[in-house]
Amino acid sequence: MSYLKIFYYLFARPLWRERLRTTLVIATVALGVAVVLAIEMAGEAAAGSFRSSVETLAGSADFEVTATGGVSPQVLTRLALLPQALKLRPRLEDYATIAASNRVVPLIGVDMLADAAANQDNAGAGEFQNDGSIWVGKDAGFTVGDKARLVVNDQANDYTVRGIIDSAGEAIVMDLAPVTRLLRRAGQLDRILIDVPTPGDQWQAILQKALPEGVTLAPQGSHTAENRRMLAAFRWNLRVLSYIALLVGAFLIYNTISVSVVRRREEIGIVRALGATRFAVLFAFLLEAACFGLIGGLAGVLLGRLMATGSVRLVATTVESLYVSSTPAPIALTAAISLTGIAIGILVSVVSALAPALEASRVVPVEAMARGRRDHEVRMQQGRDLAFSVALAIGAWFASQQPAIGGKPLFGYLAALLLIGASALAIPALVSVLSKATSNAVGRLLGVEALLASRSLAGSLRRTAVLVGALSTAIAMLSAVGIMVGSFRQTVLLWMEDRLQADLYLRPTGPAGADRHPTLSPAVLASLAALPEVAEVDPFRAYEISYGGLPATLGAGDARISGRYGQRPFHSGAHPGDVFARLIGHDNVIVSEPFANKHNVKAGDTLELPLGQRPVRFQVLDIYGDYSNERGYIIMDRGTLLKYLPDPAPSNMAVYLKPGTDLQTGRRAVEKALGSHKAIVFTNRSLREEAIVVFDRTFAITYALEAIAVFVAVMGVAGALLALVIDRRREFGLLRFLGGSVGQIRRIIIFEAGLLGIFANIAGVILGYALSLLLIYVINRQSFGWTIEFHWPVTVLLSALSIVYAATLLAALYPSQVAAKLVPIEVIHEH
Amino acid sequence: MRLLRFKSVTKSYSGVPALDGVSFDVKRGQFVSLVGRSGCGKSTLLNIAGAMDFPTSGTVELDGVTTSSLNETALTVLRREKVGFVFQSFQLLASLSVIENVELPLLLARRPQARETALKWLSQVEMEQYAARMPYQLSGGQMQRVAIARALVHSPVLLLADEPTGNLDSTTGDIILQLLQEIARNHRTTILMATHSMEAAGATDTIVRLRDGRVQEILEPAASKSV
Repeated sequence: MSYLKIFYYLFARPLWRERLRTTLVIATVALGVAVVLAIEMAGEAAAGSFRSSVETLAGSADFEVTATGGVSPQVLTRLALLPQALKLRPRLEDYATIAASNRVVPLIGVDMLADAAANQDNAGAGEFQNDGSIWVGKDAGFTVGDKARLVVNDQANDYTVRGIIDSAGEAIVMDLAPVTRLLRRAGQLDRILIDVPTPGDQWQAILQKALPEGVTLAPQGSHTAENRRMLAAFRWNLRVLSYIALLVGAFLIYNTISVSVVRRREEIGIVRALGATRFAVLFAFLLEAACFGLIGGLAGVLLGRLMATGSVRLVATTVESLYVSSTPAPIALTAAISLTGIAIGILVSVVSALAPALEASRVVPVEAMARGRRDHEVRMQQGRDLAFSVALAIGAWFASQQPAIGGKPLFGYLAALLLIGASALAIPALVSVLSKATSNAVGRLLGVEALLASRSLAGSLRRTAVLVGALSTAIAMLSAVGIMVGSFRQTVLLWMEDRLQADLYLRPTGPAGADRHPTLSPAVLASLAALPEVAEVDPFRAYEISYGGLPATLGAGDARISGRYGQRPFHSGAHPGDVFARLIGHDNVIVSEPFANKHNVKAGDTLELPLGQRPVRFQVLDIYGDYSNERGYIIMDRGTLLKYLPDPAPSNMAVYLKPGTDLQTGRRAVEKALGSHKAIVFTNRSLREEAIVVFDRTFAITYALEAIAVFVAVMGVAGALLALVIDRRREFGLLRFLGGSVGQIRRIIIFEAGLLGIFANIAGVILGYALSLLLIYVINRQSFGWTIEFHWPVTVLLSALSIVYAATLLAALYPSQVAAKLVPIEVIHEH
Repeated sequence: MRLLRFKSVTKSYSGVPALDGVSFDVKRGQFVSLVGRSGCGKSTLLNIAGAMDFPTSGTVELDGVTTSSLNETALTVLRREKVGFVFQSFQLLASLSVIENVELPLLLARRPQARETALKWLSQVEMEQYAARMPYQLSGGQMQRVAIARALVHSPVLLLADEPTGNLDSTTGDIILQLLQEIARNHRTTILMATHSMEAAGATDTIVRLRDGRVQEILEPAASKSV
């Protein structure tokens, strides 16, 4: 009880008196917690609760049978002939674009007469067989009787909604027969769902025996599980990014409690002299931090829920662009997440406060030290801190050389933390050296206000160092991510330069997705090839496959054309023409870098791929750089693919115009030749532009997280400057006695913010550069397997740093106002 | 010749009177002490004299200017040109060196040759050899000398000293008082000093005794010593 009283006298009252500053600290915690929770909830909704949309209506099936290129109906017959009472549900799965909204939704073909789900509807057999009939999930946005125009592959048709199926989500459901005609997939099924009569381990063996070799039997939902595994690295990295704001917040809580200790040193001495134990003092300071954490955590939970709504769209966009088609689940703010948020708030606050609280508990009763002495001590410890800093930097280098653990770049993260620690320890020396070296020049150049600001920062080194540490960490992360994304962007631009050599590109209408490969009619290929403007057409076909328990894309193009035009650099350094030539007529493949890294595949390895009804062994000729998606590609010659999967429909096409043909003339000719087929024609340039738009959209969430971290830091600067004004009110009062004007007092605060901003920018850019190397060469490579060439995104960095700097100056406006309003005669005699 | 005039000056804070009808004049070059118990209004009177505070009623004229009629900018100019302050607790800025502390008023007023003038004043208070030191490296007496140099560096006509010897031992206090006497004598600077100490007040030309915010009596030192 007595501890609580001490807490009330020494902490609660001052906190209440300085409500604005208290609010800023709490807001800092709240924002840090909110970002973590928002990303957790948004990530869970967009990726964590992921359920493959093509598995809609799968119900409680036990197994699923799939095969690359489709399962033959004969497999269904084989299974039906088994003596056991199996329930078999054959399906065709694809995507349709709702023309009115340009929304892509799953298109599921099921045997509607047999399927219980559809029996809820009173439609007759005639309607099931009707090519114009569809049933929709309740989230598809239709009501019974609605007319809907759907684009499937390259065909647009009108349909009538015959019924609503509650369990179908947003999917469009059709009977197998019409959907087979629509998809031109006669003799193919995408999946056979199997319900076994009794549970047991024997079924896998029984069913496997009935299946041909190339067909995959797996527990139902393995597609979803594969996708979840694939999304794990993405979520993990997103989660780590979300902790940056919290880390920056931790710096600021440390700063607040440190300031609290320095300011109350005399009071602590008095309280200790009056009988308070060390533990009571420690308890009081930790309780102060815990209060910040508790209130900030509570506010963070609510704010996080709001922010999750905004971020789920950004996360979902990235998932859609890079990984898999999905619809975000509703955001769920569970009790567990709320408690986690509050616990994070309290934990981060208490841990951040531990060092200063321990320092407070060591104050001896007779002590009432001046702040100057403490700062002097900090200066004296600079040598020791610098030595630690170097040690941490060396540790970071060693950590960066270690491999990933379980696919996660844990040592990479450790290296980043060590670098941040090294920077924090080096900052007092940096500030001291910089301010010493520049204060006189700054004073001469910018006047006495700048001199006073500079000296004051150097004089309160402890506080300044922590502030610069917090702001520079945020700036460093902003710079590092900026450099990484900028480098990635430049790498992608250069890659597109090499990769995209054709004049025109075609793909079926509708938004693109990493795992969706709608096809164009083979007739389009023939009619384009016959055009007088066209020199060559390279058809590319893609299939989604499962390899090593992860989704991947199997693709095939005309290796002869790719060899002639392609400038795709291979890891071996071999000439593209030579590599593509060796694809023709052989069971050889090339694989993309993300695929090779994910599955640890090297040139010369053999891959066994289930194609059609049998497994086929392919030799890996080489590895090539690819940035189109993170799933990874296996590429073979079109002739080889057609040998095993004889479906000639291409997923997209590259059109090379004859030399001298005007691009627009060629484009018009191609569009005319498309006739009623719904396809998008991109010029080489527009395709690149679209790719970069997708790229930028993909990284929007990253920038948003960085912006919040910077915002937290700037808010911290505002709070700290406010504390500084409160602490130094006597000094400001004195300046007024000495003839200082109100404007000069204001300018001192603005200059202090300006100098803080400059120090933080310098430290931030140095640390940011080091972190960007870690991101590019360690964390990204170990998480995603992409090789990124380092580039300085000068314009982006300068703009970002200028904005941060301007924000830092703006943060000083209110504190400067407070300083200007101080009444000199009231504050001059205060201690 | 009159430098400062208090005319029926009343000052109250939240209805509680701190000064009540104070009227007296101070001549140019006069060394005046304000004495009285704690809370009698000494510091309030100094603040009002230096245009850091204003009477609730009545007027203060400094060098012919009524302070309460000036706006914020004019008041800043007035302080920069005419007034210097010395405090009991020295009030040196810890982050500035001795010489920088002294030149501060000149820098704030954007006056030229601040360093040379500051050095001259440091030499006047016999502190020039400590110019490069930081305040925490000085003794109390040395700090007060520096504070006096700072208060005089811009050649004010009025020096306001609030218990300048209050934090010093008696020997050092005497030295500071001698210094103030010399300044008043040699530079014709008017000094208004608040003090608890009758001994310190004895070093001044005139003693104004305050009680409960009123002027109880105005004495010459010889007379005050006899009280």
